[in-house]
Amino acid sequence: MVAASVSRAATADAPPPGRVVRRMRAGLGDRLFGLGLTGAAWIIVLLAGALVAALGWEAREAIATFGWRFLTTSVWDPVQGRFGALPFIYGTLVSALLALVIAVPLSLGAAIFLAELAPAWIRSPIAFLIEMLAAVPSVVYGLWGIFVLVPWLRDWVEPPLGATLGFLPLFQGPPYGIGMLAAGVILAIMVVPYITSVSREVLLAVPRSQREAALGIGATRWETTRIAVLRYGRSGLVGAILLGLGRALGETMAVTMVIGNRPEVALSLFAPGYTMASVIANEFTEATSEIYVSALVEIGLLLLVVTIAVNGLARLLVWSVGGPARGGRE
Amino acid sequence: MNTRRLISTTMSALTCVAAIVAVLPLLLIFGFLLVKGASAVSVDFFLHLPKPVGEPGGGVANAIVGSLIMIGLAVVVGLPIGIAGGVYLADSRDRHLPWAVRFIADVLNGVPSIVVGIFAYTLVVLPMRRFSALAGGLALGFILIPIVLRTTEEMVRLVPNALREAGLGLGIPRWRVTLRIVLPSARAGILTGVMVAVARIAGETAPLLFTALGNRFWHQGLDQPIAALPLQIYAYAISPYDDWHRQAWAGALVLITLVFLASFAARVATRGRTIAR
Repeated sequence: MVAASVSRAATADAPPPGRVVRRMRAGLGDRLFGLGLTGAAWIIVLLAGALVAALGWEAREAIATFGWRFLTTSVWDPVQGRFGALPFIYGTLVSALLALVIAVPLSLGAAIFLAELAPAWIRSPIAFLIEMLAAVPSVVYGLWGIFVLVPWLRDWVEPPLGATLGFLPLFQGPPYGIGMLAAGVILAIMVVPYITSVSREVLLAVPRSQREAALGIGATRWETTRIAVLRYGRSGLVGAILLGLGRALGETMAVTMVIGNRPEVALSLFAPGYTMASVIANEFTEATSEIYVSALVEIGLLLLVVTIAVNGLARLLVWSVGGPARGGRE
Repeated sequence: MNTRRLISTTMSALTCVAAIVAVLPLLLIFGFLLVKGASAVSVDFFLHLPKPVGEPGGGVANAIVGSLIMIGLAVVVGLPIGIAGGVYLADSRDRHLPWAVRFIADVLNGVPSIVVGIFAYTLVVLPMRRFSALAGGLALGFILIPIVLRTTEEMVRLVPNALREAGLGLGIPRWRVTLRIVLPSARAGILTGVMVAVARIAGETAPLLFTALGNRFWHQGLDQPIAALPLQIYAYAISPYDDWHRQAWAGALVLITLVFLASFAARVATRGRTIAR
């Protein structure tokens, strides 16, 4: 056996390293082992399928009862058994968009600083701090949100905003602290590390020659960044932002703790709202009737489908710059 | 020329400000945790059960134990699949499956954890007709798989081909080369992936809300509701009692210390290699 494999490997015509392995005939152990590994890979595919199927099955009653009206009506009345998810869809979209409005400039700025402009000695400490921020559990953000952020917004941010920009419907109404604005701010803090670290990897994957070419024709450092680096990595950066959006859409605990949990569509950012993830978190264990549980699962299914679409698109965009091995991690 | 230089300097300064603002919340959060939490952390806090409202003292010992049990379950469920799948991704020459698995794993990684909670609910809680540690552990295991998978793949790829060839050249079958040479060489890196995943699931609250449910007593078996530190922090934080708020801060300080220790261990394990978060 030993002699056989050695001679087979040796007689091969100077094959590239990986190929030597290929040409040996697989023994029984190898075949079983390969089967086990492939099995593990299939389990992951099947789990993903089962996830969608299980939610679809549990939501069937609500889907059959309410149809498309589920997405467009805003009555949420568990007692009467009437369910419309519009306030939650609205709350999820508004809080996530608000988070992106705050987080995108900060994250892209920080990523550019870390990848292009910062002196070498300061890069890894800041990158480390940002990674730590990504590791903080959601419930801790929520706790901090309730007791620090919300009072601060109520006393220091919302009154002046209401006084100066109060003519816009966005900033009208009494400053509760708790509400859509608080949710948007806490979400922004939470997605900044994701967008920053993925964008930074995208920027680092931009070939050096791009920068050299720009510098060579006399561009300043910022011009180099803008015309050579940002443009080259544009699709990856959009992907990074979409990854952040995916996080913001599905984030549960911190938002539940600061958004106020009132199922209403209110235009003002100061007003309490409700998101898809929070309504599941708050009401799932209390849901007594089957249709109630089914409606909550349907909201979960919607959330799943939307985040799969957003994340899938984000992955493809990030991979298009650096390849799967690079942009795949977060 | 001068305007261009001015713009360049201004923009550089702005990106620097952005970086500072981005890390500022970490300092604020950590500062508040230390100030508000440290005073409530005591030996009792680690050794005692929660007390009813109004009675001072009491701790989160059962919640810490509960979290550890469910993390253990998650590792038992998720680790074999994650590692085997990762080795598959690194070694396979199949055209389509590895690409699909990689893509699905990355997408799964972004699925909201509360949705994973619903999945575990339909898989375990509904058939068993009760909330249980098992359901919570399964939900956490599901979250752990894609993280371990991707780091394992990356770490197995980093093992020099010469090592594999040396083993194969001695006539060792491929599966033994993988088990005895490749995996041990990648051990530190894989451990990093596991620690990163543990750090992530240790703080997960949403998937436990309607799987583990929470419990104010010591754990009573894997088929019973069980306490978890994040659940306890959540319950205390939204309660109306000052003493419970204090305990929420203390619990959060303990939780974040555990999470940071795990992340830190992960970094130390692979110092000098490509750091996989």
